[in-house]
Amino acid sequence: MTTVTEAPPLAPAPERKPPRRRGRWTPYLLLLPGLLWLVVFFALPVIYQASTSVQTGSLEEGYEVTWHFATYWDALSAYWPQFIRSVLYAASATVLCLLLGYPLAYLIAFRAGRWRNLIMILVIAPFFTSFLIRTLAWKTILADGGPVVGALDALHVLDVTNLLGWTAGDRVLATPLAVVCGLTYNFLPFMILPLYTSLERIDPRLHEAANDLYARPSTTFRRVTFPLSMPGVVSGTLLTFIPATGDYINADLLGSTDTRMVGNVIQTQFLRILDYPTAAALSFLLMAAILFMVTFYIRKSGTEDLV
Amino acid sequence: MEQYEPDRLSPAQVAAVRRSLRNGRAALTRRSLLRASAGGALAVGGIGALSGCGIPAAGNPQGGVSAEDHSEKEKTVAFSNWTEYMDVDDSGRRHPTLEAFTRRTGIKVTYTEDINDNTEFFGKIKPQLAAGQDTGRDIIVLTDWLAARLIRLGWVQKLDPANLPHAFTNLSAQFRNPDWDPGRAYSYPWQGISTVIAYNKKALDGIEVKTLSDLLDDPKLKGRVGLLTEMRDTIGMTLLDMDKDPAKFTADDYDAATARLQKAVDKGQIRRFTGNDYTADLTKGDLAACLAWAGDIVQLRADNPDIEFLIPDSGYMTSSDNMMVPNKARHKENAERLIDYYFEPQPAAELAAYINFVCPVDGVKDELAKLDEDAANNPLILPDKDMQAKSRAFRSLSSEEETVFEEKFAKLTGA
Repeated sequence: MTTVTEAPPLAPAPERKPPRRRGRWTPYLLLLPGLLWLVVFFALPVIYQASTSVQTGSLEEGYEVTWHFATYWDALSAYWPQFIRSVLYAASATVLCLLLGYPLAYLIAFRAGRWRNLIMILVIAPFFTSFLIRTLAWKTILADGGPVVGALDALHVLDVTNLLGWTAGDRVLATPLAVVCGLTYNFLPFMILPLYTSLERIDPRLHEAANDLYARPSTTFRRVTFPLSMPGVVSGTLLTFIPATGDYINADLLGSTDTRMVGNVIQTQFLRILDYPTAAALSFLLMAAILFMVTFYIRKSGTEDLV
Repeated sequence: MEQYEPDRLSPAQVAAVRRSLRNGRAALTRRSLLRASAGGALAVGGIGALSGCGIPAAGNPQGGVSAEDHSEKEKTVAFSNWTEYMDVDDSGRRHPTLEAFTRRTGIKVTYTEDINDNTEFFGKIKPQLAAGQDTGRDIIVLTDWLAARLIRLGWVQKLDPANLPHAFTNLSAQFRNPDWDPGRAYSYPWQGISTVIAYNKKALDGIEVKTLSDLLDDPKLKGRVGLLTEMRDTIGMTLLDMDKDPAKFTADDYDAATARLQKAVDKGQIRRFTGNDYTADLTKGDLAACLAWAGDIVQLRADNPDIEFLIPDSGYMTSSDNMMVPNKARHKENAERLIDYYFEPQPAAELAAYINFVCPVDGVKDELAKLDEDAANNPLILPDKDMQAKSRAFRSLSSEEETVFEEKFAKLTGA
């Protein structure tokens, strides 16, 4: 037999007023600049675009909100190939960035010694020139009959990429490969910098400890270094993938008709065809797609302290 | 649209801030704040806000609206033009023809090179002009299809012929009567632009091209042909190649032209659709042949003797960049005097010698010969009878046609 001792009913807790502090308004005031910025440059444009996407009309007669949601469906059914292409290109560029950026960030963080600052400057230096100039430079580097293309051809690399449909004939420019290379190059620093910051924070004594416990260097990397650098990997991939998906400069300058990305479509719709609703709808679809993918990715990689 | 009131936060935000105050600093995580502001944004951006927006009609049915003309009191004029579209002296900072204008009239010219792209510039001035406000510019220079749109929308002012005696007399016949501005009531051409076929002799390596069809069909040129992103130039040249008149084509003709181009695109014949950036590709030889603007070709040939151009027998497209006075401009009369100035043979010749586009002014040949003999005899700058006979213009489009045609052309270019 068990005796159930009922807990005496809790006396109603005396209503405690939150302690009055002198700086009651300070948090609000501190929030204000950021909030204002967010409202003016993010919330209002988003609302405006959301509204535009459900309007119909023309430049001459003006546009009215008619809740024409079909625009979304029309835009998606007309331009889904460009959507898929954008995601594929951005994902490829992100993977390439990670493969290129991780070793470099590792080198800077653990092995560079007194060269560290110099290498960091080299990583950032291209940012001193404009995005456009840097992309145009690739047109010279990858020119038909230039040394790079000549070497790739001689090594029969182009035969392989032709087979995969990444290049066409004996050229690299105006092909998917050129666009992905351009994206990779332009966003590489966004991968290296977060990777470096999270690698640099790793205590070298952890490596020593792993060594003392008879872990091989590869095991140390797999069990210690890489897991600890995950925040850098996640933020690096996000910083690369998100802008790369919406990029249109690389596809415009280095690509051809069959490499146009969703950013190009939005630009054309907005500036050339003046179909503002379709352009707005496409922007929202892109935003939704990215949000969905990023949420899924963060859930999967389980990096809580990023959001 | 709801007005933003910074003092009154949304309930979700207030709750988030409270929680953070009560539970200490750690409680105000980025996540809770994000969630709260997302809630707040939804509250602000409610259905009411969405339907409250809408873009008013951009057109101005009454036509051009003038403001009070301050030309008498303020001896200035603001001139917005494309980059590298004006003569420059050796120091690279001064514009001799503009300075001569100032010396003669006492009108100071604020010259800005802020037009890089028709579509972009339209996006830039649209809000002000649609709202009936001054753009701060007295003269803008836009390509004819966009000039036509601005006239159609009633965003530019009718010019006063009394202030334009030289312009009226010296405007060459080729540019006198565009169908979008008959008799030049609203606009005067700054320069003419010829669209021709250009090629790189070295890159062609003996392959002979004579027509656009050669570019579109010759398998030896696969992936080395460029077309222009300007719909009217590319489609216009294609129509000419198909023996259709770009000044009088039908929607079916248009579809036939895009189908013809689509075939070439599908074959991989076309490397890219380009803007001005074809010049680098052509010089390097990445493009063996392409549609090109004559003004660029004159300059490219000076640096690279391999670059050649050809005028197909079927003809070539001519368009123009046009000076216009936008609504509410403060110095209309000054603007008209500046426009007129550039139709005097001497300044026109000086300009033509420097920028190498098609000069729209009659009677400059002698003046130009004094400055530059070659330029005076170059049919790309001063078209001779033969050239003029082959020149064709693209007919103006209604706004519905424009939308449909641009959409079809965009599909062709990949988006």
